[in-house]
Order: sequence, then C-alpha cells, then structure tokens
Amino acid sequence: MRGITKRYPGVVANDHIDLTIKPGEIHALLGENGAGKSTLMNVLYGLARPDEGEILLDGTAVEIASPSDAIARGISMVHQHFMLVPVLTVAENILLGEETMANAVFLDRKEAHRRIVDLGRRFGFEIDPEAKVGSLSVGWQQRVEILKALYRDARILVLDEPTAVLTPQETEEIFAVLRRLAAEGRSIIFISHKLYEVLEIADRITVIRRGRVVGERLPGATDEGDLAELMVGREVELTVDRGTSHPADARLIVSDLHVRDDRGSEVVSGVGFEVRSGEILGIAGVAGNGQDELIQTLIGLRRPVSGTVTLGGQDVTGHLPRAMNEAGVGYVPADRHRWGLVLPFTIADNIVLTSYYRRPFARRFVRDEAAIEKDADRAIHDYDIRTPSATVRAATLSGGNQQKVVVAREFDRDLQLLILDQPTRGLDVGSIEFIHRQTIAKRDAGTAILLVSAELDEILELSDRIAVMYRGAFVAVRDGRTADKNEIGLLMATGGVDRPAEASTEASA
Amino acid sequence: MDQLITALYSIPLLGLVFQMAGYLIAIVPPISPIILRSATPIAFGALCGVMCERSGVVNIGIEGTMLASAFTGWVVGVALAPTLGTPATELFGLTPALVIALIAAIGVALAISALHAWLSISVRADQIISGTIINIAAFGVTGYLNSIIAKSSPTSAGAFSAFQPPTALTDLPVVGWLIGMFFAQGPISMSLIVFVIALQILLFRSRWGLRTRAVGEHPKAAETVGIDVILVRYRNVIAGGLFAGLAGASLAMEATNSFQAGMTAGRGFIALAAMIVGRWTPVGSLLAALLFSSFLAIGQALSFAPPSGQLGDVLSSLPSQLYDALPYIVTIIILAGVVGRTRPPAADGQPYEREAAT
Repeated sequence: MRGITKRYPGVVANDHIDLTIKPGEIHALLGENGAGKSTLMNVLYGLARPDEGEILLDGTAVEIASPSDAIARGISMVHQHFMLVPVLTVAENILLGEETMANAVFLDRKEAHRRIVDLGRRFGFEIDPEAKVGSLSVGWQQRVEILKALYRDARILVLDEPTAVLTPQETEEIFAVLRRLAAEGRSIIFISHKLYEVLEIADRITVIRRGRVVGERLPGATDEGDLAELMVGREVELTVDRGTSHPADARLIVSDLHVRDDRGSEVVSGVGFEVRSGEILGIAGVAGNGQDELIQTLIGLRRPVSGTVTLGGQDVTGHLPRAMNEAGVGYVPADRHRWGLVLPFTIADNIVLTSYYRRPFARRFVRDEAAIEKDADRAIHDYDIRTPSATVRAATLSGGNQQKVVVAREFDRDLQLLILDQPTRGLDVGSIEFIHRQTIAKRDAGTAILLVSAELDEILELSDRIAVMYRGAFVAVRDGRTADKNEIGLLMATGGVDRPAEASTEASA
Repeated sequence: MDQLITALYSIPLLGLVFQMAGYLIAIVPPISPIILRSATPIAFGALCGVMCERSGVVNIGIEGTMLASAFTGWVVGVALAPTLGTPATELFGLTPALVIALIAAIGVALAISALHAWLSISVRADQIISGTIINIAAFGVTGYLNSIIAKSSPTSAGAFSAFQPPTALTDLPVVGWLIGMFFAQGPISMSLIVFVIALQILLFRSRWGLRTRAVGEHPKAAETVGIDVILVRYRNVIAGGLFAGLAGASLAMEATNSFQAGMTAGRGFIALAAMIVGRWTPVGSLLAALLFSSFLAIGQALSFAPPSGQLGDVLSSLPSQLYDALPYIVTIIILAGVVGRTRPPAADGQPYEREAAT
C-alpha cells in the first residue's frame, strides 16, 4: 500500500501511509484506538475508498472498490466485531457470498460440509458445520471467521483486534492457527494495541500514530516500552507511580450486606467493609461472584435484602440513584456502551447527563445551552478527549475517547465516593495511563475509591487494600503494596487457602 | 355407537364440548374448500411479507397493494369482457380477458412494491410511514375511481371458476375432503400451495434464500462478503409484489367477480399477523392463514347452519356479531401468546447505509 490517504469530516484518518506485507509473514499493525489502523484496513478491503494513494498486489496496481473485489484478489478480513449472522449455521455463514452450488439454484450442503470439516482439521480443530453460530463461544466464532477467509482461499488475511474478546487460553489457540497459516505462505496482518501479544506473534511490527506510520520494528529488537513510546508519541509509564496515600476517616461503611440477584438468589452474603477517604480499595474476583450486584446496591440501582450502607456518616441504604449521585457517588460502569453513555447523544449531552436538571445547566424547565457547551468544552480540554467538537455524537468516538467522556462526567465534581468498574477495559495504553493518573489524583484529593476489576494487574497497581470476593463474600483482605499476585489469583479461583487448613484440623481432631 | 354419542352429549357442560366436536367433524369436510379459498388472500399477503421482511424491509402496505391490484384486475376485466370475454377453455373458466386482467393486477402490485422499495431502501424513509401512505392512497384512489365507474353500471368482469375434481376422489373416505379442499379451487388458490412449498424450499436451501436471510439479519456481514445488500432488498420487495398482486386478484377475480371499496377489509394486516405467527416462514404463514380462515368459515357455518339440540340453544343465545368477530379474536389471542417468543429478522425495518464512518 502506497501513500494511502483517507479523510473524514474533521480528521485525516490516514495520512500518506505506506505499508508492505511479505508472503508468509505475520505483520502487526500497532496503534492506539483511533490511530487509523481500522481505516487503513477498510481501504484495503474495499469498505472505504482512499482519497489518495494506491494498492499494489504482487507489483501491479489494483483497484479495490468493494469487498467482493478484495475477496476476488485473495484478501479477507476478520472484523473486530464479528461479521457473522448468529441465527445461521456455521456452514451457512462460511458459504455466504461464496456459495458452493449443487446446481444453478440450490446449495451443495454435503460438499460444503466436507470442505469445512477438512479445513478445520487442517488447522487443528473439529467444527460442526450445522451448529448455529449464535450458540458458539467467541473463541469458536473467531475460528468460523478464519474458516470463512480460508474457504475463499485468502492469501492475505487481516485480523482486526482478534484477541480483544478472547481469554488468554483462546488467544494461544488462535495464535497457533495463525502460525500454521503463515507457515503455508499466507500473509497475516494483525491489528492490535496489546503490546505483549504483538511481540509474541509478529514477524514485523509497523506502528501508526494519528494517521501516520511512525516506525517499523522487529520483535527481537524492541520491547514494550519502546513500542508504547512510538504508539503514544511520548514516554509512557506502563505502570503509574501511585505515590503514597494518606487514608483518613472512614467514608463508606458497608455492614452485613445481603443482596439478591434478579432471579432471587442471594449473591451478596453478608459483606462488610469500609473505604476511607483518600484510599483505593480494590475488589478482585472472577466475574459473577456478586460484584455487579454489590455495585448496583451502592449506586442505588438495587435494594439490599438487609444490611446498611453509610456514606460520610449518613445512612444511605436503599436510596435511589439520583440521591446517591447527589450524595457524591461517582460511578464508571464496566460497559460504557450499555451503561456509561447514550451513544446517539452528543458529547455535551453525555457530560451533562447527571446534572442536566440543576443550575447552571437548567433554568427552571429550560436547558442553558451556553452553559452546557462551555462545560463540555472545558471537560474536552481537561480530559484530553479527541474530538472535532462537543456536538459530535458519542457513538462516533473511539473507545478510549468514549471512556474519557464517562470519566469527565463522573470525576469532574466533588466526590465522596468513586466506584470504578473495570474502568480501562478494552482501552489502549495511552488511555489507561490517563485514567490511572486521574484516579490517583482523585485519591489524593481525598475521595474514597472502590475499584472493581477482573484485571488483577490493574487492582495490584492501584489499590491500597485488596479484598477478594468469592461467591458473594469477601474471603480475604490484603495490603495492596505487599499482596502476592499468585495468592490473590488463587483466592479468586478457589475462595480460600484457609479451607484445606480447616479440613486438616478437623481431620486431626 | 349412536347410544354412546347420545350418552356423551347428555353430560352436563362437558357434553357441550362433545356436541361441538361432533358438529365440527360433520361441518368441516363440506366447508373445507371455503377454508382454503378464504385463506388464499391472507396467505399470499403473508408470502409478500415474508419476502420483504426476510430481507429486512417491513411492508405494512400489503393491504393497500392488495386493494389496488384487486381493483385493477376488476377494471381491466370489465373493460375487456365484452371483446375478449369468451372462454378459451373449459378449465377454470379461463378467458383472455381474465388472463390479461390478472397480469394487470400483478403489474400494479409490482409497481407499488417498487415504490415502497425505493422509499424505504434508497430514500431510507420510515418504512411504517411508507406503508401507511400506500394503504391510505390505495383506499382513497380505488374508492373514488370505483364510485365513478359504478355510475355507468358496468357489466360483470367474470371470474375464474373452481376446478371440479372427480366425485370419485372427493367421496373417498377420510381423505376425500382434503382432495376437495386443495383441488376444488380456482387457479389462484391452487397455485398458493405450489408457491408456499417452493418458497419454503428456496428460502432455506438456495443461494437466494441464504443471501436473503443474511441480509435481513446482519446486512453489514453480508456486505463484507461481497453481497449487494441494496440490490437483494430491491429484488425481494419488488418480487414480493407478485404475491400481493395474486392476493388482490384472488379477492376480485376468484372469490367474487366484483369490486367493492375497501374489500380487502384488513386482510393485508391479518396477513402480517399470519406471517408473525408463522415465524416468517412460508409454510408457517399458510398454516396460520388456514387457522384464521377456519374460524372464519366455522363462524359463518354456525350462523347459517347452527347445530341442533342443547349446543344450538346455547349458541343461538349469543349475539351473531360474536361469530363474525371470532377469527379476529382468535388472531389477537394467538398473536398475544406468540409475539415476544418469535423473533423477527434482526435487521427488519432498518435502512442500510453503505459506508459507516469508522
């Protein structure tokens, strides 16, 4: 690809990008969210038309005006959000657009099934062509996507952040498949912003920042720090210096809290803890151990069965979300699309979402547009939200910038308590660093912070104290600075190293 | 045997159920051709719905499309009857006039469907509004033109007549009434079964069907494998017009030989209900349409030939309007039970835009 330029209203997504892919190599394309990686690949795949530049395939210039052009030339793409039809079967999804026909009208299912099963075996897995795609795990859906490309005999396979939704184990399995593909002489373009993954899988790494190629590296001759610096454009601290914290009075006191889930079973059983002002309490735990319901109770979305929640000396048990909000509780939800933002709304409207009804944003029943816009512009500046203006819809922002909008709304006021639920999930290093810094700043300003995350590294990096939640109860509390990662991991998985000890005392007695 | 039946009928309350069952067993075979005949416009309308919605376009303008093609078929028939109205063959009472009228009826339905396709696919107008416009316009225009034509007291346009299967077959025990149901029909009703089965197979076994379903569920995914979403939708919506045309023609040219203003009487909407109850499949839609028309026919039978005895006394004490409402009440109950458990195509009703700015 030579001199590719693509402009969108207000931004140059690709600015004269050159990219060369050799046969049989796994070429990583590294860049922050919004750097232009996906745009470049959409150009290659015919989903976007470049404003300038050309694409050369085996030395000759080709025009790729649509995905069918790309497919015809052996280019296939596995999109970040899978392009699979959930209600169709594996075979139907693979065949779609490239149907194996028995005659002019009807599909040849038998032949298609045979080829699909054969292809799967060649790359080391057994797949059922009759399974509905919607019933498969994401790891298997990914394999269906890859099979789709192989069924079209793709020579160049583009994978857009293929590991974003996979567990570490599934990632390893997909990597094994990719290595086999490369060994067959196929080229793979691997888009990612996870540094360690790129170092593990790639033969060559191209780094893109703000629409330009800023460097090319070989994995042997670089490290995470170097790549992160290239990606972000300045030196990045992959771990934020947390400084010393000065915990003061107990701000949030939860005692003997019992909460039921929607189906009526008790998922929080007698949790009691306190978070002091100027302290970060991390709650580690495998997803689904009652963390969601605990948080929902603290922000007023769910009523506890029994127990009390006290905030700054006031009993706030069972208060509604607005009351909790006005009492000074900030909340960054885990799923920004579902709970954090109203995607079709503008940035300004999203920022004013928790205070739109109050002065200075409303006068009686009328919005004060000027005040709302002024506040939004200030937040965009303070929180480094990359956007042409405050009137852009939230849906059009990259993930990192969307999360910054949520952070701007929730952090930017006097808070008693800040609840962060997986605040950096799916974000690039630059955004993670930014959010971690803001969190530390908030802590130093005396806010009590509750951090819930399935990413143990994040918990260990920020927390002053770490509580491990297992089956609705806190099974252990450890000091954040001295906690042992393996021990916490074990506690998360099993609920306690104490149990075997108990069992042995019983046995001896 | 007779004693047993008498004994069963005389059980309090429960006896009424047995009497009803006995009445139905007696009444259904003779009215079975009527059941299919009145299911025809509904099932064809539902096929039109399946064609559109499987590709992701909601079409509530089926009612209006049916009405317009019923009117066109009748008008063309009236105009041509004097010159081309002599039967060319005994079969179906086929005349050149009727054949041309049928083609005209279908042509109008295709044109209206093309308009709906353009509005909802290219213009990306709200599909409900586009459909509503078609319904209102069709009702108004056909009503107005009809009132003008009616002044000149037109001669009859004639109608397709029903095929008469040999009585040897229709008198067969157990299956005879089914043969009557499917073969004592005019050409449009008879073709319904063929279309339903063909469409069912094509939808789930052919390339066209696979692409249609993919476009209706996840157009973006279809586009990424090189399928022209816009083209697929245009083709399906316009082709769906064929079925709306047949539905309209069956009303004015087969079930009757005349046109009255608003004669579709909501069948286009019942067709959509049948499509939903039938889970967006052709065979399911037909069965749902048959269920509706069964209650329609039974309701009519109950008022024309009421059962004797205790059951008859109970039924005659009910207002007759209740029988007319019966099929609609059944539709509402079934829809209420079914909606929410069936799932429309995921992209149903959503316009598709090609290049997303990501």
